[in-house]
Amino acid sequence: LFMPDTAAPRLLKTSDAIREGLTEAARACRDVLFFAEGVDDASAVFGTLTGLDKAIDPRRLIEMPIAENGLCGIAIGAALLGKRSVISLNRAEFALPAMEQIVNNAAKAFYTSNGKHRVPLLLRLVVGRGWGQGPAHAQSLETMFAAVPGLKVIMPVFAEDAKGMMAAAIADDNPVISIENRWAHYIRGPVPEGYYTCPLDGPKLLRSGDALTVVASGYMAAEALRLADLLAEHGVALDVFDLRVLRPLRLADIIASARRTGRLLTVDTGFKILGMGSEIVAQVTEQAFSSLRAPPRRLGLPDHPTPSSRGLIVGYYPDGFAILQSVAAMLDLPQATVDRVHAALTDKLEGVGVDVPNRFFQGPF
Amino acid sequence: MTERMTATLEPVQTAPAAPATARRMFERLHWIRLVEEMIARRYGGAGDVQDMRCPIHLSSGQEGAAVGVCDVLEDSDLLFSTHRCHAHYLAKGGALQPMLDEIHGKASGCVGGRGGSMHLMDESVGMFASVPIVSSAIPLAAGAALTFALDGLPHIAAAFFGDAAIEGGVWHETANFARMQNLPILFVCENNLYSIFTPLRRRQPDDNLGRLAAAFGIPALRADGNDVEVVRANARAAVDHIRQGNGPVFLQIDTYRYREHCGPNDDDHIGYRPDGELAAWRRHDPVTSYRDTLLARGIITDADVQALQQAQTAALVSGFAAALAAPLPEAHTAGDFVYA
Repeated sequence: LFMPDTAAPRLLKTSDAIREGLTEAARACRDVLFFAEGVDDASAVFGTLTGLDKAIDPRRLIEMPIAENGLCGIAIGAALLGKRSVISLNRAEFALPAMEQIVNNAAKAFYTSNGKHRVPLLLRLVVGRGWGQGPAHAQSLETMFAAVPGLKVIMPVFAEDAKGMMAAAIADDNPVISIENRWAHYIRGPVPEGYYTCPLDGPKLLRSGDALTVVASGYMAAEALRLADLLAEHGVALDVFDLRVLRPLRLADIIASARRTGRLLTVDTGFKILGMGSEIVAQVTEQAFSSLRAPPRRLGLPDHPTPSSRGLIVGYYPDGFAILQSVAAMLDLPQATVDRVHAALTDKLEGVGVDVPNRFFQGPF
Repeated sequence: MTERMTATLEPVQTAPAAPATARRMFERLHWIRLVEEMIARRYGGAGDVQDMRCPIHLSSGQEGAAVGVCDVLEDSDLLFSTHRCHAHYLAKGGALQPMLDEIHGKASGCVGGRGGSMHLMDESVGMFASVPIVSSAIPLAAGAALTFALDGLPHIAAAFFGDAAIEGGVWHETANFARMQNLPILFVCENNLYSIFTPLRRRQPDDNLGRLAAAFGIPALRADGNDVEVVRANARAAVDHIRQGNGPVFLQIDTYRYREHCGPNDDDHIGYRPDGELAAWRRHDPVTSYRDTLLARGIITDADVQALQQAQTAALVSGFAAALAAPLPEAHTAGDFVYA
């Protein structure tokens, strides 16, 4: 007799959790349609759509010609008529031809119809990283979308949350842009069975501490979390927020945290300049200036395109070392502590190259 | 697949419209012209005060296209339009007051003053949406058609657009998908010969725009927009073809814009139209020529025309008065309806 082992949590990769979230939502509501280039092919968008053709009426899986603006518009049109459209693009860059439909129609139909038309649309954009993806296959474009009123923008990272965020995004009557980093896809964590939603209601506090407030978006939440855990072993406890929802941006908890710690560090998966950290630092400074005990700091991508070569990529992405360096400077940590945490981090990385995901950062979380 | 690619539609022979149909279409042609020309006359405002403070793209000269097509559409068929949406809105049966109120920026406008003249809609008659970026509403119509197809509904979506829209990639993308999925969509291309000041001959090698539809295996029809009965007959054939499950049809309607691209004025003095072109089109005006046709057929009388003119003018004058009197929306509501 098979007895499920209820004691051991079920560990899934974030990409599998996303697939479960999409599948459960599609089972729960027959209005859900899936659009993708290769919607049911052998890859099925990095496995995130695999098996959907068996789970639901395959007519609800719509093969996209390579025509992103037109197909985004068609998915929006279907959503205006009551469908719940899910578009999955293998690279975020493929959304660029579709900015016209996303910005003019998806983001504004509710407004320009005076509240009569709704656009239940989930647009999933996968951001490449590593193995030489280069300038046009690794762009984390979240702030482009986060600049547009009417869109919601999410960056799911951790498996349980990612599954619930997918279901919540599909249930949402607004257009939701989901930015999924490929390295976040590899992160593992416990994931509940069945249908559930994780509200798209703002940042999530991952770790608590009084020394400093770290706000990380997307995959950088995993980097920040691991570094924070190593620091905690050495007596330095940080507040670590996973930003999760970039628009609407709800910073009340982060501002309260910064008031308490007096120190704010942001870590972007995208660019530092005009990154999410820019807006977060601005709002925290506006509202909690007198509580700050040190200038806020921002980490993010440098101000140039993503190079392909692993020679050029060294130091390009913020990582645990960069976060450690910033935290150490802001807290004036003793050099001995910094050295020990640095050594522990180096140990965990096991000499893996800079251009492939590291098991240390895959969890389980 | 092979079968789909061979779908064809024969050129349409026209017989005179039934009297009731003819009267209905004439009343609508007359109404649209009257509305557009009164907007043009009043756009400058009284004294120093302009009351219609948004861009306007008038449809005068193009009424035959809108009326001929919309006469064969049901309220449950959805129309998607462009910046030049007044005639589409009125031909589809859109209510006057919310349109005038919208152009006047009033809270009672069809979209509460959020859109202005380029965003007209009246869902009660299937005037679903107008989007002022060229080509932008075309895929929305295909999305509606996709929904009808998936849900087994008998409705069709009609995408109205101008001759410039077929230059945009999104039209081509939508046409291909519509053909692949056999969608119930009518592409209505109103060729008014100009993209603002730039003539079609500087943008396309040939004025037969249906050749682009044919490239996707979509049957194309072409109608003289100054003859509303020809437009209607072609639209009838197209809509029947679509409703029978044969997939999309492209209908080119040749027409002409009398006034400037944007605004209430004539612009013949600028010189971008060849000498005599405007006058030649006006000689075959879709409203007055149809009036003369129906008078000659004995379907209407001079007295009917006068009575229509009086009744429609009275409705319009009171509509403008009501629009002027209506309150503006409150500034504090400008941030409403960003998120559902």
